[in-house]
Amino acid sequence: MSQSDLNGRPASARTAWLPALSAGGTPVVEGKSGVQSPANLAARQRIGHIWHWLFQASTIVGIIALTALLYTVVVQSFGLVAMQDAVDPASLAVNGVPVEQLSQEKLAAILAEHVSAGVIRRLESEKPFAERSREEMYALVVERVVKPGVVASWSLGDSLLRRPVILAEMAQAYPGARLEWRSWLNVDFLRHPQSSTPELAGVRTALLGSLWTIMITILIAFPVGVGAAIYLEEYARDNVANRIIQTNINNLAGVPSIIYGMLGLALFVRVLEPLTSGALLGAAADPTTANGRTILSAALTLALLVLPLLIINAQEAMRAVPRSLRDASYGLGATHWQTIWHHVLPNALPGILTGTILAISRAIGETAPLVVVGAATFIAVDPSGPFSKFTTLPIQIYQWTSRPQDQFRNIAAAAIIVLLILLLALNASAILLRNRYSRRM
Amino acid sequence: MQKQLMTEMALSRSIDLRKRRRLSESAIQGFLFVCAALSILTTLGIVYVLGRESLLFFADPAVSLWKFFTGIRWQPTIGEFGILPLANATLMTSAIAMAVALPLGLGVAIYLSEYASVRARSILKPALEVLAGIPTVVYGYFALTFMTPLLRAILGRDVVEIYNTASAGLVMGILILPLVTSMSEDALSAVPRSLREAAYGVGATKLETALQVVLPAALSGITAAVIVAVSRAVGETMIVAIAAGAGPAFTFNPFRAAETMTGHIVRISGGDLSYNSIDYNSLFAIGLLLFLITFVLNIISRQVVRRFREVYE
Repeated sequence: MSQSDLNGRPASARTAWLPALSAGGTPVVEGKSGVQSPANLAARQRIGHIWHWLFQASTIVGIIALTALLYTVVVQSFGLVAMQDAVDPASLAVNGVPVEQLSQEKLAAILAEHVSAGVIRRLESEKPFAERSREEMYALVVERVVKPGVVASWSLGDSLLRRPVILAEMAQAYPGARLEWRSWLNVDFLRHPQSSTPELAGVRTALLGSLWTIMITILIAFPVGVGAAIYLEEYARDNVANRIIQTNINNLAGVPSIIYGMLGLALFVRVLEPLTSGALLGAAADPTTANGRTILSAALTLALLVLPLLIINAQEAMRAVPRSLRDASYGLGATHWQTIWHHVLPNALPGILTGTILAISRAIGETAPLVVVGAATFIAVDPSGPFSKFTTLPIQIYQWTSRPQDQFRNIAAAAIIVLLILLLALNASAILLRNRYSRRM
Repeated sequence: MQKQLMTEMALSRSIDLRKRRRLSESAIQGFLFVCAALSILTTLGIVYVLGRESLLFFADPAVSLWKFFTGIRWQPTIGEFGILPLANATLMTSAIAMAVALPLGLGVAIYLSEYASVRARSILKPALEVLAGIPTVVYGYFALTFMTPLLRAILGRDVVEIYNTASAGLVMGILILPLVTSMSEDALSAVPRSLREAAYGVGATKLETALQVVLPAALSGITAAVIVAVSRAVGETMIVAIAAGAGPAFTFNPFRAAETMTGHIVRISGGDLSYNSIDYNSLFAIGLLLFLITFVLNIISRQVVRRFREVYE
């Protein structure tokens, strides 16, 4: 007897299918309860469809979020800008000859008139004006006298769809300005160091800082991480000490990154300052201002941060190496270490490398611990070694995002694209590695 | 007989089959052990550093443990150290994040493991992995330049402040969505096919199978996923540092600016901070609290998996 029959109405959807078995245990397909089951079934199917739609919708929301994120970054990096000149080029015309057609001497005269004597002397010492071509002089006049600058910027979406509104806004707010397309992500952006004017600022220093930090992080974390994984997988017996180590590694993987930053600040920046500032090795760039807030401190902090991740990944890779391989090696008389070095490691290497690359991509994107360790707020000199002060790409993005001006948002977006391309390249190489070597096993 | 025994003895003397002690092998093993033990040192280092500076902080006459946990003002300049405004903001952003990530994440996980075709899965799973691989500072940027203007456009500029916990929380929800999804999906996929077929066999619809058979069977894994997600939300830094506001405020209004524990640590340590000051020590007290919260959450999640996992073999 099914519940729906007893109650005279369809059972709730929750348990509707449970009584479909009769007391004897044989499924009731048709029969007494079969009279009502089509109606009941339709309702249950309808609820099923609604939920199916809900599950699908949540997936779509996730995809929309990803799209919105990428969209925001892209539209902020490209778009219309209002350019305004400090000096109107028309006013520089001599006897009706526009400035771009003036002779080399006339351009030099304009420079002398508008630029301070000190700057002229510096430019002359770089390369005398007489030796410069007319085109070079014109570029100099544009750079030093006309000084075009971005006074307002609009996102790509607005630029494409609301151009008339933008034109009206601009005519009202900046009468002398002209509208131009600008890609904030360009070659100069990669080549220039940090600057306080957004249109001249670039990510060169930050990019180099990121690469230095990551390089040292790998040099430290890779051997230690793989070593720990080998110990835990190949040597460790199942005793209390080793279980504690394993549990501890799993727990460390869940510690917020900012805590590592605080550990780095207290340990590497302060306690180990003689080492991390380079004073101990006599390598500090300038002993008077040297402190522990260096690339080395940052790299050590990041190394501790990615270690648990790296160990867990490497352990999984080594666990996948079949037992028979080890036994065969022992059977031929190899020692424990020979077996590991010649058989286990080569076979686990693709997996270990994939895990390492994933750990590195985590380290590249980390911001909070490095802010705490003390990345420099403004730095325009390329890092020269492990004891340089540093800034990294995510920190640069954070600082630019925190500025109120719109143009800094634009270059932050451009820097994000650089960072994402870097990460994409790393992840793509991890996937390629996985696909290439997974067939061999 | 005698001769044979002699030969055996001679053989055993010439070939010693016992395991030989090899110095280099032991040295390598010792080195590898040190590598593994380094993780213990890391934990001890964290506990020591946070504990030491926190003790210095609480030893200061201006600070009392009672006021630290009950004070509703955090103003180091006038010696007010009450954690509640910071903790409250952390709680609000995390709660909003979970309100977004939990239903969405479970929905996506159920869709992927029970409904999606192989083709859809092969597209959606990598897309979610991409979402998980984006650095959090990018999410912070997204919160400030997309979510906040969106909220302000919908609810009005005078209701929503430029920096607010709602926008940070919503974006944080998107950040932890892939985490919830992938852990829950793993748990759901681990439920054996036979259970589903048994449910279909007694006449259950697809939804009934998913919600009443597969979901309960995977509950321990899903619970662990949720706890890990909460721990991640509490420790999340860059989104709140960028979008939630700079300045502790004790408010329950999600549209007002309020600084979280992590946001406070980043803002203060990012500025010029003199060591051995009470400001410096106070950061470590916040850090210790943060560490304990996430540590306990992680341990609970591990216990949940261990104790309540249903093993089908």
